[in-house]
Amino acid sequence: MSESANGRRGALPPGVSDSQDLQQKLREFDYLSEDGLATAIFLALKLGRPLFLEGDAGVGKTEVSKVLSGMLDTPLIRLQCYEGIDVYQAVYEWDYARQLLHIRAAEAFGGEDSTEVERDLYDRDFLISRPLLQSLEYRGDYPPVLLIDEVDRADDEFEAFLLEILSDFSITIPELGTVTAERPPIVIITSNRTREVHDALKRRCLYYWIEHPTFEREVKIVRTKVPDASDELTRQAAAVVGVMRKMDLYKPPGVAETLDWTEALVALGARRLDERLVESTLGSVVKYREDQQRVKAPGIEKLLATVDAGGWGYPEK
Amino acid sequence: MAGDIPKNNGAEAQSRPDYRVDRAAVAFGRVLRRSGIRCGSDRTMEFVRALEVVGLKSRREVYWSGKAVFCSRYEDLKLYDAAFQAFWDELDLPARPPQPREKEPELELDSVMPPKEQVKADEEGEEAVTMRYSPIEVLREKDFSEYTEDEFGELNRLLSDLDLSGAPRRSRRLEAAKRGRFDHRKTLHAAMRSGGEAVRHRYRDNRLQPRRVVLLCDISGSMAGYSRALLRFLHAGVITSGKLEAFAVGTRLTRITRELTSKDPDRALREASGAVEDWSGGTRLGDVFKDFVDVWGQRGMARGSVVVILSDGWDRGDVGVLKEQMLRMSRLAHRIIWVNPLKAREGFEPLAGGMAASLPFVDVFLAGNNFNSLEKLAEAIAKAAKH
Repeated sequence: MSESANGRRGALPPGVSDSQDLQQKLREFDYLSEDGLATAIFLALKLGRPLFLEGDAGVGKTEVSKVLSGMLDTPLIRLQCYEGIDVYQAVYEWDYARQLLHIRAAEAFGGEDSTEVERDLYDRDFLISRPLLQSLEYRGDYPPVLLIDEVDRADDEFEAFLLEILSDFSITIPELGTVTAERPPIVIITSNRTREVHDALKRRCLYYWIEHPTFEREVKIVRTKVPDASDELTRQAAAVVGVMRKMDLYKPPGVAETLDWTEALVALGARRLDERLVESTLGSVVKYREDQQRVKAPGIEKLLATVDAGGWGYPEK
Repeated sequence: MAGDIPKNNGAEAQSRPDYRVDRAAVAFGRVLRRSGIRCGSDRTMEFVRALEVVGLKSRREVYWSGKAVFCSRYEDLKLYDAAFQAFWDELDLPARPPQPREKEPELELDSVMPPKEQVKADEEGEEAVTMRYSPIEVLREKDFSEYTEDEFGELNRLLSDLDLSGAPRRSRRLEAAKRGRFDHRKTLHAAMRSGGEAVRHRYRDNRLQPRRVVLLCDISGSMAGYSRALLRFLHAGVITSGKLEAFAVGTRLTRITRELTSKDPDRALREASGAVEDWSGGTRLGDVFKDFVDVWGQRGMARGSVVVILSDGWDRGDVGVLKEQMLRMSRLAHRIIWVNPLKAREGFEPLAGGMAASLPFVDVFLAGNNFNSLEKLAEAIAKAAKH
């Protein structure tokens, strides 16, 4: 059986034959993945399954799809979910304004009978593709990466509809016919877990829970993404964020915040942390007023001292 | 046709693991199911496929593959780890895989469920008939703490008439309406009939959607006389409304919405009490509310919803923490309703630390000690949802 005839297979990048290869490849694209995540992505690509990613905000769920699209050199098509999202925003919509103009024009020139006008109206030209249809229509060497972001924000009806698309990878447009993906897109679904997503949808997917990274891994991530930061600054920032995560904040900072913060510090020309620097840049790591107060309460100087002494007790796995 | 997706993923013969692997996968799937992970046999098949792909050489790969395939909730991860260790470490032995201890919810149930003798009495008939004769009006006024077993059965019937579907709020989804936003689609279709002249304009407007209602029911020891009836109320709510979430509150927070979805109230309560680990224990309202706001509230469930707290407000925790969490909750929620069964008692003053600290953040304060007051609660929920 040739690979393309088997609709679900073959989205692995060249030179990747197991999950270690994939992990290495992801690293080349500046994404440091844990073993488990690499295995999950490998299986998703190889078995042609959607990958369902959960985890706290800022742990890098969305990043996975960006890296995949870069690695496979294929477009990233993103569908941001929100409450009340419906088929017209997710799949397709007719361009009614243009259709109306078309009718008026046909009327003005005369001649054509109305059935002909109607046929013209539902031409592909008048159809606006939204992300889901775009991902099915894409024709290229590799299927595109379809990111269905924050699916927990959409409502149940939309979930049921997604289920249908994810099992067939085809959509029927009454006026045009059925559009089927030549090769099913690589689907990444993320959820912040504001509500439980229905079992039926999850059953179609592989699942991975992304944790906050360990200290060493976070240092590596920062080094990769913010190479201008001094070694000391990088380690200090990662350590301070690690302590903050254990401070019982309303919104514990994620990797995204560590990166933002380090970038902010580098922009200020910092080589190492001091009290004044932390104070003035705190807003890029800690985004609630109450949280900022909680961080400042024991004294930033003390916080830095424990971090410098290596006594922060960062959990090593 | 190229677009046709074959049902079978086309397992390549040469890499197919032997029969023993299939069997192991099936057995593993069963162990996981028994340990509480919800996974069907389709997951097992997917696992076999995954093993074909990653091979059996590396224990780590088998571990991670199984995790990606079988787990689908955060809660599954720990269960999986335990089951994986128990199962694969023993796999080389010819014996059956070790079976994780099954939960014994019956033990915890005694305080919630009618004892077995009661069921027998029902079957015997005569006594049951006299017991069932319980004039509805009296029952409606009777305090839950004085209910007999049969009256709880009657309560189920009363509750099934309550409508807890909640009042609507405006959703982002649009539907046809007399006025609102111009509807190109409908107008165009109408125009087709009049030769392209849009004689009648069509509109659409935001559809009304039920507002989410979140119920937090205190199941600590001090609420023992009421929590049984109140849980039935939660159950009635969950099955009549799709937008209702239920939590049990004690020394910890347990989401019981799923467990309450069974139509049979006794079964639903049995499942719910199986999920709750701290039945009739103490209360640390502040810490538990913090969990709620951190995990469910801040991220969205409580946002704009009607939060109903069913508790006597007896709290062993830090009042300061409780106050702070009530403040956070009141910022997230649309309305907060507090239901305290003690309120109906003569001379009751909400002076107990927890209750007094919470009241400033409560929009509606109700009793909830008998059926009539639950009816008032249902009305209050509907009213709160509307505004």
